[in-house]
Amino acid sequence: MGLLKLFWSLNWGARFGLLIVIFFSTCAIFAPWLAPYGQSQIVGDVWEPLFGKFVFGTDQIGRDMLSMLIYGARNMIALALLTTGCAFGLGALLGFLAATMRGWVDQVLSRFVDMIISIPTLIFALIVLSATGTAIPWLITVIAIIYAMPVFRIARAVAMDIEVMDYVEAARLRGEGLWWIMREEILPNAMTPLAAEFGLRFCFVFLLISGLSFLGLGLQPPLADWGAMVRGNADGIAWGYMHPLVPAACIALLTIGINLVVDTAVQKASGLRDDQ
Amino acid sequence: MLLKRLALGILTLVAISLLITLGVEALSGDVCTAMMGQMASAEKVAACHLQLNLNVPMHERYLSWLWNFMQGDMGNALTNHRSVSSLIGNRIGNTFFLAGLAALIAVPLALTLGVIAALYRNSFFDRAISIVTLSGISVPDFFIAYILMAVFAVWLGILPAISNLDQSMDLWDRIYISALPVLTLTVAVSAHMMRMTRAAIVNLLASPYIEMAKLKGISPSRIIIKHALPNALSPIIQVVMLNLAWLVVGVVIVEVVFVYPGLGALMIDAVFLRDMPIVQATAMVFASVYVILNLLADILSMLSNPRLRHRN
Repeated sequence: MGLLKLFWSLNWGARFGLLIVIFFSTCAIFAPWLAPYGQSQIVGDVWEPLFGKFVFGTDQIGRDMLSMLIYGARNMIALALLTTGCAFGLGALLGFLAATMRGWVDQVLSRFVDMIISIPTLIFALIVLSATGTAIPWLITVIAIIYAMPVFRIARAVAMDIEVMDYVEAARLRGEGLWWIMREEILPNAMTPLAAEFGLRFCFVFLLISGLSFLGLGLQPPLADWGAMVRGNADGIAWGYMHPLVPAACIALLTIGINLVVDTAVQKASGLRDDQ
Repeated sequence: MLLKRLALGILTLVAISLLITLGVEALSGDVCTAMMGQMASAEKVAACHLQLNLNVPMHERYLSWLWNFMQGDMGNALTNHRSVSSLIGNRIGNTFFLAGLAALIAVPLALTLGVIAALYRNSFFDRAISIVTLSGISVPDFFIAYILMAVFAVWLGILPAISNLDQSMDLWDRIYISALPVLTLTVAVSAHMMRMTRAAIVNLLASPYIEMAKLKGISPSRIIIKHALPNALSPIIQVVMLNLAWLVVGVVIVEVVFVYPGLGALMIDAVFLRDMPIVQATAMVFASVYVILNLLADILSMLSNPRLRHRN
């Protein structure tokens, strides 16, 4: 009941966004039970029409688009969540370290981050992936490093404010170690602002992964992914098949949904409104 | 301030060049064994090392790469042994043509709409703009590209779906054939720019001196022209420059979609062939343009703001 009440108290944008997020999460979690076919199973002719025998038709080699979309949701969301998680772990750790140790550690880390952040993300990813190949661990590492940089800045700024509090001073005088201060004093207090960032960064990561997989550098078959589905079906457009628009629309819908939720959450959390 | 920013810019470029030469080398393992396969004989691999100059120490190789790069010699492509400089030279104009045309449309459009949205905030117009821009920044570029392609090339059939530009075309033909990629970039970059412009102006209008002017009873148009506009210059320069920087990188995916013969498409092809000299050179060009535009944004906004200009 409480949850339902909260839902109705939101504006229509956030409600819409929340429904989208719940919808795609359900697809991701229950993919094997929801999908009528396997993600690489060939079930029909090439480019069977949309809304015919197969709900979203079949793709350029005759796989069921609906099943690929459902499995794609699972693969993409899992990959993006894992990557964003790694980015936050790394970024927060380094950010807290810079804030608590100050001095040269802070200087070195901050200048390094300034430098990496001024390389365009897609170009950075392309350089590294062209050298390492597109194995999933590399994909996660590269994108996590890229997005750990902005997280570092936020974590450092937040931790700087916390670090000057009396209770941190007290812990220091008590003789607590660096790791203990970071884990027990700074982390719990930095949790809320970092959590607010998570949604937004997840969107960026998701879009970068989609872009890379569109270029053919993301997940490799037999794993289904939305970016690669767009690229694979792209030739169909010239023949009037609208198949590539379906996975592209899914990417758009999910990121718009998350953005709507994040917008409202941030507004509610900070109590700030646009018109003030 | 200015010198510090300039130094950071140059340092960034050096760091990028280090990453794309030594970093790539460390990550990719031995190029020669990768190219010839595990079965290649030791002599062949050694000959390949010699040919690619892999026997000299790392720092010497980096310095000579940098020296040659600055003189415009970017080495030869691994796959077809053509000079990378000429490959890039043929295409760099196309990419700037594409980005320039998109900027020419997007900048005035986005600034005007963004300012109007900020002035009449919470009006119907503002809400419509904010929905459109939120969608615009959330959707991948290739989605916009394929929708435009489906509408204008397939459904209406008035614009070409593939932008096979060539050198012999006149300006009008060039514009016609690159209409869809330009339109895609315009839509994508305008969304970002409108949102940032609106935020900057809203922020400005919330400042105390504007409040003061209102309380003094100055007319709204006078507030905008005399009080807001001179101070809006710096944020607007920032917005425009940041988006131009974004635009130059944004071309990569759009070029791939429309098979447009630009730097981005060249880079992606090279990434697949693992033709590292091309990847390195194109990455360096993209990153340099991006860094330089960001640097310009900071410097111009410092110059336009007396307070920043005179700080120590």
